Amino acid sequence: MGSPILEIRDLQVSLPAGSDRTHAVEGVSLRLEPNEILCLVGESGSGKSLTARAIVGLMPSPHVRISGGHIRFGDEDLRSVSAARMRQIRGSEISMIFQEPMTALNPLMTIGNQIDEVIQVHTKLSRKQRVERIVELLRDVQLPDPAAIFGAYPHQLSGGQRQRAMIAMALLLEPKIVIADEPTTALDVTTQAQILSLLKTLQAKHHTGILFITHDFGVVAEIADRIAVMRMGELVEVGEAAQILNAPQHPYTQSLIAAVPSLVPRKPRPAGDAPVLLEVQGLNKAYHSGGLFARKGRNVRAVKDVALKLRRGETLGVVGESGSGKSTMARLITRLTEADGGQIRLDGTDILAVPRKRMRPYRKRVQMVFQDPYASLNPRYKVGRLIAEGMIIHGVERRAAYERVHELLELVGLDARVAERYPHEFSGGQRQRIGVARALALDPEILVADEPVSALDVSVQAQVLQLLADIRDRLNLSMLFITHDLRVAAQVCDSIAVMRRGEIVEFGPTEQVFADPRHDYTRELLDSVPGKGWNAPRLAG
Amino acid sequence: MKEFWKRFSRNRSAVAGLLILIAVILLAILAPILYPEDPFSLVGLPMVEPFEGFLLGTDILGRNVAAGIAHGAKVSLLIGLFATLVAMLIGILIGAAAGYYGGWIDDALMRLTELFQTIPSFLFAILLVAIMTPSIESIVIAIAVVSWPTVARLVRGEFLALRKREFVEACVGVGMSDWRIITLQILPNCLSPIIVTGSLMVATAILIESGLSFLGLGDPNVMSWGFMVGAGRTVLRSAWWVCAFPGIAILLTVLAINLVGEGLNDAFNPRLRNR
Repeated sequence: MGSPILEIRDLQVSLPAGSDRTHAVEGVSLRLEPNEILCLVGESGSGKSLTARAIVGLMPSPHVRISGGHIRFGDEDLRSVSAARMRQIRGSEISMIFQEPMTALNPLMTIGNQIDEVIQVHTKLSRKQRVERIVELLRDVQLPDPAAIFGAYPHQLSGGQRQRAMIAMALLLEPKIVIADEPTTALDVTTQAQILSLLKTLQAKHHTGILFITHDFGVVAEIADRIAVMRMGELVEVGEAAQILNAPQHPYTQSLIAAVPSLVPRKPRPAGDAPVLLEVQGLNKAYHSGGLFARKGRNVRAVKDVALKLRRGETLGVVGESGSGKSTMARLITRLTEADGGQIRLDGTDILAVPRKRMRPYRKRVQMVFQDPYASLNPRYKVGRLIAEGMIIHGVERRAAYERVHELLELVGLDARVAERYPHEFSGGQRQRIGVARALALDPEILVADEPVSALDVSVQAQVLQLLADIRDRLNLSMLFITHDLRVAAQVCDSIAVMRRGEIVEFGPTEQVFADPRHDYTRELLDSVPGKGWNAPRLAG
Repeated sequence: MKEFWKRFSRNRSAVAGLLILIAVILLAILAPILYPEDPFSLVGLPMVEPFEGFLLGTDILGRNVAAGIAHGAKVSLLIGLFATLVAMLIGILIGAAAGYYGGWIDDALMRLTELFQTIPSFLFAILLVAIMTPSIESIVIAIAVVSWPTVARLVRGEFLALRKREFVEACVGVGMSDWRIITLQILPNCLSPIIVTGSLMVATAILIESGLSFLGLGDPNVMSWGFMVGAGRTVLRSAWWVCAFPGIAILLTVLAINLVGEGLNDAFNPRLRNR
């Protein structure tokens, strides 16, 4: 190994007084070699993003500041360079790629002009040379029809195309270092796979050093040369990718890797000739846009002729990318949204034919667990009331309802005393447990879980999944499990329905879908799962 | 609550406003004790200068200006308060229904709201009072009718945003009735902007009432600040105090309420202020 292009020594980032800890980053030392991808991995709040931002001096607020350490870039210390020099470095020698390309791009400027602005600031090329350079670069990041993209506005591109444009902008001046902060987290798996391979190709071509920040070990396995793991502002382990992924030393890294769900489906449960509890046929929903005076509205068919069967005690996974209609379907089945047509038979009764006013007895049989543990609990009420409310509406006597709340809280692994506290006092994982307790309060037969773990950190995710599986087995619940994450689906579901553009393209037992996918799209999805070639070692603990 | 007061009191001018407001309220409560006589009764010579027998002098008919201000405080505050309450009630009902149900209900209610907003509010208030004949009730109704659209739009916006939140969907999912969801689940979550708007509306209502009384459209049986300014305007150059003191009373009260409203806003949204 040669000399590193970037060397961070003993970096300290302090937080304003009154925060839950004094330092966001404490004593982090890292080296980035030329021509390598270093992945900085950690859960939310680990200080990984702040470490990266400290390098280019982009702190989120004046109260968060670097309080110690050195950041050596070549023969300069980035902590002490002038503001003018820092501006010169940013963009031309160190550039950044952000998580959300829609907010990182100016919506009022064409892609071409935004990239052009960067060149204008840093070089003295003529307009013609610049345009040539940009078009060539857009071709490099494999954007179709670069000339058209040059004149397009950000909202006219898809998420993946925007991220490609961002990458083009970052690589424009051939920087020595690219800092990529969760660049694929907001993208669908198939797009993510393309972007990751693009980054890898370009990195090899230009010999760039990439500092890649992520929380996803699958992505790490896909792209990393070396890995650094952070927790609570401290670096816990640094090493070669193969070593960390297959033989992690630190207990924290071990627990993180153990929490990554395996892509190999779990052993199938004794399958069923259990009776069919829910049967969906010919379900349709279209969304119209355009108002009173619009000539013709747009018509989007979110769910097209969907048919499903869910047996008692079975877990059916619905997987698909964003916009595939999987969430809409969940909302149609719980009747949060009215369907345009079709049948949803619950034990033989078509609930779509039941008038809204008389839905109550059916509502309690199908309950929902939501994605966002922060938005799904009313911040104004105590936990006990949130859980008890449904029971009281359904005629349970007040005292009995609150007694049941205590049982439910214990069932989901919380102390019964938390009933007296407000939702904001809990962490994401705990709130999701409260959400599960609320869904269970009405003794439902079917639990519809819409991405219940995708807002959670991987270690918490594993706990919540375990909880859902336990409860399902104990209460013999049927579960409709909506997810975009095939790893999670492999571990939780008995059978799987793959959705694309409102249609179910494949439906079968989990093992069969994973081992022998019939539809091309399913194959594409499976091929795109990051880190598919890596099987997390099953470690103790 | 303690925390709330701490954040409120960080804004000095809001505390000053609150003190003035408390003083005005005390004046209104104590008016019958301080000046037990009818404020319309003639107590001395006309146009006596301040501090010559009467604290704030007398007006063109010899009525005590200080007594008028004290009794007028009660009228101004009560009209401001009631008109705001009525406007809030209408605005919240309409805004909540529009935001919660959406679709054609929203369209219909919002077109209605816009219809009211297109008419200049003070002219509309004059028209309403003139039709209904001036009295405290008709003034309250007129002010409420011209001020509810603001509340309706605000509440609709909040409801539109909160309606899609998952906690509301969870309530639909357990079979909760719409009325219960609107009143117990969504409304408590948008109380803070409503309270802030409401406090500022009290100030506007007081101004409209003063304006109406100034034009002679006030209730003829009660003393009000606007009426006093209107009655004294002809002698502005010879007896300035007849207009000036009730004018200052209006100014201070409206200013105080505005400051308190600002303070409430800061206290409800502490993050906005710390930026």
